Amino acid sequence: MNDSFRVEPAAELKLARRHSRRANLFERDLVMSATKSALLMLNPLKMLRNPVMFVTEVGALLTTLVTAQAIVTGQAVWGYFLAVTVILWLTVLFANFAEALAEARGKAQTATLRRTRQHTVARRLRDQRIEEVPSEVLKEGDVVIVRAGELIPNDGEVIAGAATVDESAITGESAPVIREAGGDRSGVTGGTRVLSDEIHVRISAGAGESFLDRMIALVEGAVRQKTPNELALTVTLAGLTFAFLLVTVSLYPIGLYFDVELDVPTLIALLVCLIPTTIGALLAAIGLAGMDRALATNVLAKSGKAVELAGDIDTLLLDKTGTITVGNRQATACHPLPGVDQPVLLKAALLASYGDETPEGRSIVTLVQQQLGAAAPPEPVGAAMLAFSAQTRLSGLDTPEGQKYRTGASDAIRKFVAEQGGVPPATLQAAVDGVARQGSTPVVVAEDQRVLGVIALSDVLKVGISDRLARLRAMGLRIVMVTGDNPLTAEAISREAGVDDFIAEATPVDKLAYIRAEQRKGRLIAMMGDGTNDAPALAQADIGVAMNSGTQAAKEAGNMVDLDSDPTKLIEVIEIGKQLLITRGALTTFSIANDVAKYFAIVPAMFMLAMPQLAALNIMGLTSPQSAILSALVFNAIIIPLLIPIALRGVHYRPAGADKLLQKNLLIYGVGGIIAPFAGIKLIDITITLLGFA
Amino acid sequence: MKFNYFVELDAKALLQQYLPLNPDGKGVLEGSLLFNTAASFTSNTNLQHYSGEVSLSYFSQLFALMWLQFISAGTGIAALAALARGLRGDTQIGNFYADFLRASFLVLLPLATVAAALLVWLGIPMTFHGAAVAETLESATQTIARGPVAAFLAIKQLGTNGGGWFGPNATHPFENPNFWTNIVECLCILLVPMGSVWMFGRITGRMKHAAVVFVVMGALLLTKMTVALGFEMEQTAAFTGQPVTDAGVNLEGKELRFGASAGPLWAVATTCTSNGSVNCMHDSLNPPTGLMPLIGMWLNVAYGGVGVGFINIFLYIIVGVFIAGMMVGRTPEYLAHKVETKEMTLALLALMAHPLFILGGAALFAATPWGAGTLNNPGSHGFSEILYEFSSSAANNGSGFEGLGDNTVPWNIATGLVMLLARFIPIILPLAIAGSLASKKPVPENIGTFHTDTPLFGVVLLGSVTLLGALLFLPAAVLGPIAEHLGSL
Repeated sequence: MNDSFRVEPAAELKLARRHSRRANLFERDLVMSATKSALLMLNPLKMLRNPVMFVTEVGALLTTLVTAQAIVTGQAVWGYFLAVTVILWLTVLFANFAEALAEARGKAQTATLRRTRQHTVARRLRDQRIEEVPSEVLKEGDVVIVRAGELIPNDGEVIAGAATVDESAITGESAPVIREAGGDRSGVTGGTRVLSDEIHVRISAGAGESFLDRMIALVEGAVRQKTPNELALTVTLAGLTFAFLLVTVSLYPIGLYFDVELDVPTLIALLVCLIPTTIGALLAAIGLAGMDRALATNVLAKSGKAVELAGDIDTLLLDKTGTITVGNRQATACHPLPGVDQPVLLKAALLASYGDETPEGRSIVTLVQQQLGAAAPPEPVGAAMLAFSAQTRLSGLDTPEGQKYRTGASDAIRKFVAEQGGVPPATLQAAVDGVARQGSTPVVVAEDQRVLGVIALSDVLKVGISDRLARLRAMGLRIVMVTGDNPLTAEAISREAGVDDFIAEATPVDKLAYIRAEQRKGRLIAMMGDGTNDAPALAQADIGVAMNSGTQAAKEAGNMVDLDSDPTKLIEVIEIGKQLLITRGALTTFSIANDVAKYFAIVPAMFMLAMPQLAALNIMGLTSPQSAILSALVFNAIIIPLLIPIALRGVHYRPAGADKLLQKNLLIYGVGGIIAPFAGIKLIDITITLLGFA
Repeated sequence: MKFNYFVELDAKALLQQYLPLNPDGKGVLEGSLLFNTAASFTSNTNLQHYSGEVSLSYFSQLFALMWLQFISAGTGIAALAALARGLRGDTQIGNFYADFLRASFLVLLPLATVAAALLVWLGIPMTFHGAAVAETLESATQTIARGPVAAFLAIKQLGTNGGGWFGPNATHPFENPNFWTNIVECLCILLVPMGSVWMFGRITGRMKHAAVVFVVMGALLLTKMTVALGFEMEQTAAFTGQPVTDAGVNLEGKELRFGASAGPLWAVATTCTSNGSVNCMHDSLNPPTGLMPLIGMWLNVAYGGVGVGFINIFLYIIVGVFIAGMMVGRTPEYLAHKVETKEMTLALLALMAHPLFILGGAALFAATPWGAGTLNNPGSHGFSEILYEFSSSAANNGSGFEGLGDNTVPWNIATGLVMLLARFIPIILPLAIAGSLASKKPVPENIGTFHTDTPLFGVVLLGSVTLLGALLFLPAAVLGPIAEHLGSL
């Protein structure tokens, strides 16, 4: 609950961070280190993971050999061969650079997280004795004592005590949070600092083995496994590559029939232009960037698969409190009983609530003061306050004159009135029921033995949540609200917020059952949770996002961890997943659509000497056969670095239905992909001609 | 099972001299020709390196060839029914024999009976008598081949088989005597392939999706017909500047009883549907017109063969859905089933088979005397002839560009192999895809799902067919018909 109150400033802070990250996509240090790794990645064994670029590299090798031979034997075409060779190698290097840059950016992002993995001295509790050991020798199950001012040596769970902890190192959030034994706020992260008190922490993972370590390795690209869709796309690209290899290879004997002996560099130039090098070069970078974007919102995914799957989610389980509504119910209306004047009720309610320090009580004070204005009675001097407690379920104030004002639950007030010798009026029940029917909590106000009226406490929706939910529903998602409220209350709020379904009086078992039922219908479910009793549901859900403040069990069960413990984060995670897939589809479409123009540049050029009539197909009016082939090849290479920003940031995404998204992206990347290379190749040809290389 | 038919046909044709219904005493076929003919009919290609009336007895024609024309068409329909049931989500995709019998007895046989009766009425011979012997005005003796032609023709057209009773196929006056038989036969070509699309819609319960596919196929067909017709309305390049007036249209290789327009229309219909019957000389079509049948066979989806036309476009649908489907931000889905690695592997393998057979075959034969030595024309036109022969075999079409001495051992073996492989790979792999899709739990559809029943999907599908098809075959098209056309300008 407390977390929800610090979400808004945190979101702004993060937005600012994200903007700064976007501003320097090609930051100097990153580019330097990426260039270095791009060269190291030329190792053909490493390239095997990527069939498209592997074929390109083999082509580059072959061309290099042919060029060397041409130079040695003094053939006149060696200059052209050399140009083809250089561009082919550049194509491979650009592809490696894209991947290396994505990796470098991931590393830069995790740098702050990695700093938390520093070595400290830990006080280990063993056999009732305290011994000081370096943090890296700690093992799972060790218990350490951390005092105010010290760093928590490793991830773990508080087993005794409570403390305020500064977690800004991982969340970027300066306000300290409370971590305490038992309950759902027992998880602590290594590298965060205890600000007050002393806690005993049971270490849950040895150095370098915590979930945070594993996720850092994942984001940095150290542990990489192709996700299902990435694998399917790789297979598709490999298939297309093979088909184009077939086309190119068959052209050599067909050329012989026409008395044309095609040279190897030209054939390889055609091949490399036709195979989908653009998407092949950027595919790995797109996947890494997806993880990276998740991290930019402070969500750590345990696998790339989880991020990809997020885009497929059909049903979203959202907790009511903190996600859909602000943390606490607030007073929204006052209903005097028949025969009671409104100001009388208001004054009594105000006086009774002065002693109530709960958020609900304060909201009554705020409401009444608003309605009464200057007429609001001040807090009486010398009055005895009666604070709200779960046992009495009422609060109030006794004036020095002996008047007793009370607010509280209906039955508690009845009991109070009876004790004062009064009889609750028959009209009370109707008023209480009326408020409850609207989904609000009735709070009854009494002055001595007289019942005055009922105040309605209602849930207040978070600002902008309705729009946000509407956007999600426009994407086809079912939103399910989970709440501990009774069905009546739950229905009223779900109607107001615009969700599809709700689980009222929800227990962890209910959640699990609901998730299973949805999954039986073929739906994919995402949920967020923090408590140990959320763990089974988190594990069962297709996407389970655990809050970092939550218990170790919850964090182990989920497949993502939100460092901010922000319940609205699910929404961003889903958008990131969708954007990831859209980026892949868009660049694949662009890559294939590009081939049309490249054909028009290369095919006439290959056979123009034997069949002069093919000049009619040179619709771009390229200067010479050699400049045509080089222009197409240069375009093919240069488009890779040009599209790196799209690959790393993801295509522009606004939530919308499938048809709208498809229409927009087809227009930009499909139609655009056909037209753009015509212009690009022509421009490059003009440049080559001006430079006198044609 | 198919192998049995292959052997059976071989046996029947091998033993035809000892079997009944052989009034003209036809002898045994040469070995490689026999292999080619058997492969041809088993695979629903009906590529004719033989001349039916010259080499085959009535028994061989009826019980070996016509029998197979029913069987291969029935197989196509049964395969589509299995595919559709798999995509509907059935775990059991049905009983092949039950479907096959339904297709044969409830669809093909009644339709063929009606069509045959119509053709007899329009003047096509139907007799078991041997060839007629006539004495001409010059007192020469002329043998006029005939036989139970009408019955044979009906299934030849309806089953997108295309193998004619006579070698010259539908140019022969007994196979296609007049304007009306030409129209009936031409419509018969398209009837069942078109119906197959609706059958798919019915079985899967997705008529709107079927309608979109139908329209895309129709758009492809109409485009090709328009282009073919347009270019055929110009006279042949050879006549340019010659003192010949032929009404400004290309009448070379045409039957004058049909005029210049029936030829290209039939040529497009027959190649778009894997039929392969011909009513004019494709070799003589103007080059851009001749390109249309080639495109028809490369894509093989503008209604395509009976049943298999939809199976072919299914591959383009899967690829289109996969690539475009990502652009809506979800794992691509087709008819509520996720398209993943396994499906894409199979789809790409199936799609690669076609260019492998056509480009591989054409490259091999163009560069060697096997093909180059059998050509009647040099240069681009000769290359088109080779390209056409392999396209026709790989598409299980069976029409010939001709102008090629194709009854040689290398041609018979190469095209025979291509026909067999090209028939069964594109049926087995798509069925495996459907089976793999069917085994997945269906995904509920909502507005976030990629929709396959919208005009937008039509655009995606059209793009998938034309981009993939064009990209793979464009160089071949440029070197063949396009270069020939540009050279004549």
